Amino acid sequence: MQIRHVLLATAAIAGLAGTAQAENVLKWGANRDIGSLDPYSYGDSFTINVLNHVYEGLVRYNEDLKIEPALAESWEIMDDQVTWRFKLREGVTFHNGNPFTAEDVVASLTRVSDDTSPLKGNLPAYVSSEVVDDHTVDITLNGTYPLLLNDLTNIHIFDEEWMTENDSLLPTDIGGGVEGFATYNANGTGPFIVESRQPDAKTVFVVNPDWWDEPQHNLDRIELTPVNSAATRVAALLSGEINFTNDAPVQDLPRLAAAPNVEVLEGVDLRTVMVGFPFREKLTTGEDNPFTDNRVREALYKAIDLDLIHEKVMRGKSRIAGATVAPPIPGYVPELDELPGFDPDAAKALLEEAGVPEGLEFEFSCISDGLVNEEQFCQAIASMWSRVGLAPKLDVAPRAVQSPKRTNGKTDVYILGWATLPMLDAYSPLLQIFHTKEGNSGVFNWGGWSFPELDALVQQAGMELDLDKRLSLETEALKIVKDQNIMIPLHQQPMAWAVTDDVTEMPLFPDNKPRLWFAQVAE
Amino acid sequence: MIAFLIKRIANAAFVMLAVALLAFIIFRFFGDPVEMMVNEQATQADRAELRERLGLNDGLITQYTRFVTNAVQGEFGISYRNQQDVMVLIKDRFPATFDLVLVATVISLVVGIPLGVITAIYRESPIANALQLGSIVGVSLPSFVVGILLILAFSVSLGWLPAFGRGETVDIGWWSTGLLTPSGRRALVLPSISLATFQITLVMRLVRAEMLETLRADYIKFARARGVPTSRVQWRHALRNCLMPVITLTGMQIGNLIAFALVTETVFQWPGMGMLFIQAVTFVDIPVMAAYLMIVAFIFVALNTVVDVTYAWVDPRLRDDTARAGGANG
Repeated sequence: MQIRHVLLATAAIAGLAGTAQAENVLKWGANRDIGSLDPYSYGDSFTINVLNHVYEGLVRYNEDLKIEPALAESWEIMDDQVTWRFKLREGVTFHNGNPFTAEDVVASLTRVSDDTSPLKGNLPAYVSSEVVDDHTVDITLNGTYPLLLNDLTNIHIFDEEWMTENDSLLPTDIGGGVEGFATYNANGTGPFIVESRQPDAKTVFVVNPDWWDEPQHNLDRIELTPVNSAATRVAALLSGEINFTNDAPVQDLPRLAAAPNVEVLEGVDLRTVMVGFPFREKLTTGEDNPFTDNRVREALYKAIDLDLIHEKVMRGKSRIAGATVAPPIPGYVPELDELPGFDPDAAKALLEEAGVPEGLEFEFSCISDGLVNEEQFCQAIASMWSRVGLAPKLDVAPRAVQSPKRTNGKTDVYILGWATLPMLDAYSPLLQIFHTKEGNSGVFNWGGWSFPELDALVQQAGMELDLDKRLSLETEALKIVKDQNIMIPLHQQPMAWAVTDDVTEMPLFPDNKPRLWFAQVAE
Repeated sequence: MIAFLIKRIANAAFVMLAVALLAFIIFRFFGDPVEMMVNEQATQADRAELRERLGLNDGLITQYTRFVTNAVQGEFGISYRNQQDVMVLIKDRFPATFDLVLVATVISLVVGIPLGVITAIYRESPIANALQLGSIVGVSLPSFVVGILLILAFSVSLGWLPAFGRGETVDIGWWSTGLLTPSGRRALVLPSISLATFQITLVMRLVRAEMLETLRADYIKFARARGVPTSRVQWRHALRNCLMPVITLTGMQIGNLIAFALVTETVFQWPGMGMLFIQAVTFVDIPVMAAYLMIVAFIFVALNTVVDVTYAWVDPRLRDDTARAGGANG
């Protein structure tokens, strides 16, 4: 059975229909579509991930998620400590044949850091960039900053000439009400070229024969089809209409694994699921807030039976976490992973000691379309807390509804999952979650806490260019998070992909991003 | 008659305005689109700025007035998520939904009418009883269950038909259709059956009731007495007189089918308007949601107005204000 897709009607009528029947096709059934062909259009990591097959950054992650040169061959920090000089790869061309030069880098950085760009935050330290010569670029930052390379892995490089021709030097401004050329067209340097796109139906990529790197994949063609309904996705995989999905539903894994033609790839995501507490004076009920007392936070931690959640709710597929970052994340040390142990009696004693009234009511906010089995583990946790004499009011709603409530402090206790993306470093949660909310820091500090000692460590780490010193500062800060129970980690959630047996190589990445330039299908 | 026409059109316009207002009130509870648009590292200031730029900080009435003013000029803005002109998005998706609704309607008539006649003629037979029972199942099974069962049977077990998607399509101007290609037709089978299930039983029950009524009429008895063959009486004379209400119902149900298609489209990943709307809800894509609701409301209102006006034209009594309440409003 072959559903072939016709690129253009005119072509079809003229009899030029999509006959490019490639031999090695990866039919990817995703759980949703990409937002557009413009990676700078919407702050959506899936869109950026998919478009990374078309566009590339100056640096990239390798198979072990270590940073390696991509469009830049080498780099150095200049004497002033705030300017980085990048030596660009020569002989690289864009899909339209234009050569890749320093102009392109400057134009791309300007575009992504424009005020109307939703991805501006991905390049927090950027000030300006300058062409030194055709293949050398200087990037100036607002201070010494060690994580520029991490940030640059996700900044895709566009062709300056192509953007100028098509009036796309700035990102599409939705408020302006005008469509952008880059929404429908793509021109990168990456291993795949966009052949056609029908939103919500199919996006086809073909291999770029002129890619500068030695391909490790053997694909000729990728057909990305969003299949939103989990049941349909499973059916499509079983019937071979797709041969890869990056979201195999947890409840269907046994069935998929039992099918003779399907292989399930399971792993643990980097995303750490945590419980956050309010540090405001009053709860949403108007009562005094007892959670500012560390004994209360510790009591709530001890009242949660992590093993039970792991076994029953997560079906044994999660990794119980003691640290607020996952083990592969720089800044993690095993000592952070110690667990307090499930002890409801100790929890009761602590609550009593802290003078928490019996039956204390507070709002417990969870997201229905958020983390893996979030609704279920929230219910479990709520009943565990009820058992030690509290009265959590479970509030479950979609992300779009909960997010504004959380940012406006209209909730008490909440669940947050953090994967440290796109930085892949402990600095990410430390700056965005645990730092005091001020300026660009603590955007996700929904509880409104402030630990000056921690802030100082984070700021120091943010300026420390020596890797070991920086990581030890981050570890120290994470220790404060742990000792103070600012947020209590529950687990790293499971992730599962599935392939049919004609896919021979599909490396599973813990950041849950498919990188198909490492994939192989049977010839 | 002209006064009546103007009155009806004014009514329709009022309904549209009310729908738009309701939509804008409801959007308040959908959450904040900005939280979905920016990425994790955006600062609070960036978020506030984007919200301001999108005009989300304006009052409900300001937003509503702006929307109506633009909508009257056919401007629905740019989708937050797809960054495409909303009218273009809907124009691209409408043919897909139309294919589905068209085929489902045809299936419901082709299957529903004969079944209705059979159950009326052989009223007490086991077959008719079984069909009647089956129709209850048809009415009560939610269409996503029907969809999943069809996929399991025909895609997974038998491997005959695709589980999702629209197959190959042919574009005619801005219109696209899957009816002209083999893969497009194959892709249409399962979703249209799933969408038609409810409709089949509706048509069948309506035809049955009408047939039972008609078969008692005097002219049928006369035809019989004249010696016209029974089957000819039943399938020709009786059935023809039953079809008027069926046609009216089918017309009125097109709006419903477009709305129901939302579920079917989600199950079969059918790139139609319903799918677009579901995605828009997930991402709080207000321009798309607003435009979709307005267009669906427009289809309903237009169908109703046309039916009302036609009825009034056919039957002058209905032009009278007092009688209008009993008009064909549903």
